[in-house]
Formats: sequence, C-alpha cells, structure tokens
Amino acid sequence: MLPEDAAATIGRAASTSFSDYIAAQNPAALPSARNAANHSAGGADLAPHATTIVSLTYAGGVLMAGDRRATMGNIIASRHIEKVFPADMFSVLGIAGSAGIALDITRLFQVELEHYEKIEGTRMSLDGKANRLAAMIRANLPLALQGLAVVPLFAGFDTTRRVGRLFSFDVTGGRYEEQEHHSVGSGSVFARGALKKLWKPNLGEDDAVKVAVEALYDAADDDSATGGPDVVRQLWPVVYTVNGAGARRIPERMLAEAAEDIIASRSVSGREA
Amino acid sequence: MTQQFYVSPEQLMKDRADFARKGIARGRSVVVLSCREGIALVAENPSPSLHKLGEIYDRIAFAAVGKYNEFESLRQAGVRYADVRGYSYDREDVTARGLASVYAQSLGAVFTAESKPFEVELAVAEVGASSAQDHIYRLTFDGSIADETGFIVMGGQADAVVEALKDRWNADQDFGEGIRAAVDSLRYDGGPNSQPREHPGSKTLEVAVLDRNPLTTRGSARAFRRISTQELDVMLNSDRASL
Repeated sequence: MLPEDAAATIGRAASTSFSDYIAAQNPAALPSARNAANHSAGGADLAPHATTIVSLTYAGGVLMAGDRRATMGNIIASRHIEKVFPADMFSVLGIAGSAGIALDITRLFQVELEHYEKIEGTRMSLDGKANRLAAMIRANLPLALQGLAVVPLFAGFDTTRRVGRLFSFDVTGGRYEEQEHHSVGSGSVFARGALKKLWKPNLGEDDAVKVAVEALYDAADDDSATGGPDVVRQLWPVVYTVNGAGARRIPERMLAEAAEDIIASRSVSGREA
Repeated sequence: MTQQFYVSPEQLMKDRADFARKGIARGRSVVVLSCREGIALVAENPSPSLHKLGEIYDRIAFAAVGKYNEFESLRQAGVRYADVRGYSYDREDVTARGLASVYAQSLGAVFTAESKPFEVELAVAEVGASSAQDHIYRLTFDGSIADETGFIVMGGQADAVVEALKDRWNADQDFGEGIRAAVDSLRYDGGPNSQPREHPGSKTLEVAVLDRNPLTTRGSARAFRRISTQELDVMLNSDRASL
C-alpha cells in the first residue's frame, strides 16, 4: 500500500495549472487579488476601458480584430492600446472592459497555456483553454460587480477537428461557443449589425480582414468609445488570424489598404453612411 | 535497543556519492553543445514520450540523465520557477544562472539531508546572441555547479564520449554538423579500447535545439524546438552521403 502522503501527490498532480499554483504560492500576484472593497460601483470611470472586438470565422480559420481606443469616462485614455493578443500558437484572445485587469488576465492566460504545454509536453485542447479562461473571468466577478468587468472573446483553431472556433464569455465565467461571428464591447451592437450584412460562409482570408475592418469602422461611426482608422497617426486596428499554420498578425500595410479602401468608397458615395 | 555504528562523515559522503555515481553511469549519455546556430541537445532515448530534454523558458533548456522520476520532478519545478519569475518580474529576468543556482541548492540539500541522494545529473543551457554568450551549466547530484563552455557530456561513459567529441566539435558548426558530431561520439561510450557501437538510429535518439534567433526564423520568442524523427533522418543522412 502506498503511504498516504505519497498517494496524495497523485491527486495534486491532476492540476498543472499555473494560476492554481500561483494562487497557492503568491495569491497577491493574481489579477483577481485586487480588492476594491468599500467602494461602490463607480470604478468604471476611474480606470481605462477597452472597447470593441470583433471575431469571425473564414475558410480554414478564424480571425479577430480590435480597435485601438481606450476611454476613461468621456476622455480618450489611449489611441494606441492593443486589445487582441496571441494566447498561444493556435489561439488568440481579445479583451473588452476594464483595461488594466484585462491586460493582467491576458498575461496570466498566456503563461497558463505555455506552462501547461511545457509541463505536459503537449498543448491544451481548445475547449480546455476556453474553460481556463472562463475560470479566470469567474475569479474576477467581485470586481466586475464593482464596475471593473472584463469580457473577453476567445478564438482558436481546433487542431483535432481542423476548424476555427470562437467563444464568448460573461462576467460570471459563463462560456458560450459562437457560430460564424461575434463581437463584444461598447461598439459591439453596431459591429454585429455590420457583420450580419458583410459576413458570408467561406470568406477568403483577405476578404475576412476587410469585413473585420469595415465592421469596426461601423462601430466607430456610432460608438464614441470605439476608435476608427486614424489616417493622421497611421493607426489601424489590430488583426490576428488563426488557421492550421498558427496565429499570425496581419501586417500594417494590409490594414492600411483595407481601411483606406473603406474610407474612399464611402467618401465617393457621399451619403449619410 | 540497537547500537548505532559510528560512520565518519567522510565515509558517509563517499558512500552517498558512489551510490549516486553508479546510478548515473547506468544509462546512456546526453550531449549538450553550443554551435553557430544555437545550442543542440542530443540524447539516446528509445521512448518518444518520456523526455530527457525539455523546455524551461524562452531561451533556456534542460537536459538530464539518471532516474526519470527524480529529474522529471526537478524539470517541472524548474518550469514553475521560471514561469513564476517571468510572470512576477519580466520575461527577460529569467536567467539560466538563477535557475542553475536554485537547482544546486536543492540538489545539495537532498544530498546531505535526505536518506538517499538524487541519482541525476542536469544541464541548464541558455542560448545567447552569439556562441560566446551561451551558458551551459552542469549540475551534479551533490549540488556542485559548473559553468562550462563549448559542450558537455553527462551520464553513461561520459569520459569516453568527451574524448570522441573533442575532435569532432567546433563552435562554428551548424546544427546539422553539431548533431552529427554528437551522435557519432555517442557510439564511443564503450571506453577507449573498445570498438564503437552501431550508429544509433533516429528512432532511438531524442534531439532538441535552442535557436539563436527564434524571432526572425520562426516568429516566436521561444527558442526551444524538438527535432522530429524525419528532420533528424535528413540531418544524419546528409552526413553519410558526404562520407
């Protein structure tokens, strides 16, 4: 018979989670360790807020795009912020909501996936990744109730099913698989309207990039917290695609072209959008 | 009550060291060598899933010989150390020197305090911007640490393999040449007077590399890459063709 403590290590080995480990060793390092107790809701105006993310599937993969604006109440906190990140080789996540906490969760999530990959010698399944992200969002619930909510969008290439899939989340950690396309953040309503008209099955990658940029353009048109393409500063949305070859950031040059095409075609028609 | 026999500390340490050495010499050797393209790690290992080589962090790899359960727990602890450090400070604050020194402390503590020393020998390798900036640390069962340059061989009949590799290795080789030199030298582990063994096939080899410029070659900050059996076949066979 195994001694009791030796057998107990088998159970502990079931979790190779970095966030579980750091929660036991140094809980203060976790994003959810922040405590805004004694403050009522209202944190929303004190901290930068990240806005619209759109995601859509295309032939052979999935794409995610985010605008470049962060707001603080009625002020633009940043024109340069990036809100879409590669999580690992086959997945990306975009964040909307309280920017500081969202960036921390992103960093923790990236380490979580890499840690698992190194310890186990294999990549986590796409559903496993989505569940881990859901757990991190759930841990942030107390802060979400005080106005510092983080709502991510997660997309990845499922290497066993060979398809691109995307997942949305709510502040309680609910995880919902989305079909075709989805958007989150303050401009998401307008972006979704645009996506419904622009998205088609089996879009090519270049067309998918154009659709995403145009959806963000429409969101920026009607939502003051979403930034449109900035031709003065040459700032374009951040766009990542994920397919069987991995995650790839779309180069600036292509995005500038897509954004300028949209601006040109809308200027020519000379109508009220 | 049984009387405890007196054993001198010298004898005690010698017994433990002999015990550990015996365990380490039982397996096959592992070679870690620095070359122009980066650091190559070569091990003879018939299992495709129980690794002797592993990734620790962006530019740091781990190689081990000895008992699998012991070095695997050390490898996992090393990954945790690196990830916690990189998460709480920054990715560039994770260094092989820091990791090697915690390994040394841990091995040293086990050697003196536990009932049995770890029967392992470890290498922690960090690839630099040039081969002069590469670091290869060798850690032995008693917690000694050595900063080596060029290449190291651990486990099995390491001395014989070192002799063979000395003439075959130089710092300007590319991965193909370095790995061929290492695989070739592994055959000489029978000792100075015995015949070299048959060439170990790619199926019984575990090979990994740390790319010197992973960002430009693969678009990733992670330098560690396992060489697949197919890729290894190509590397090893181009050698036979040239002979």
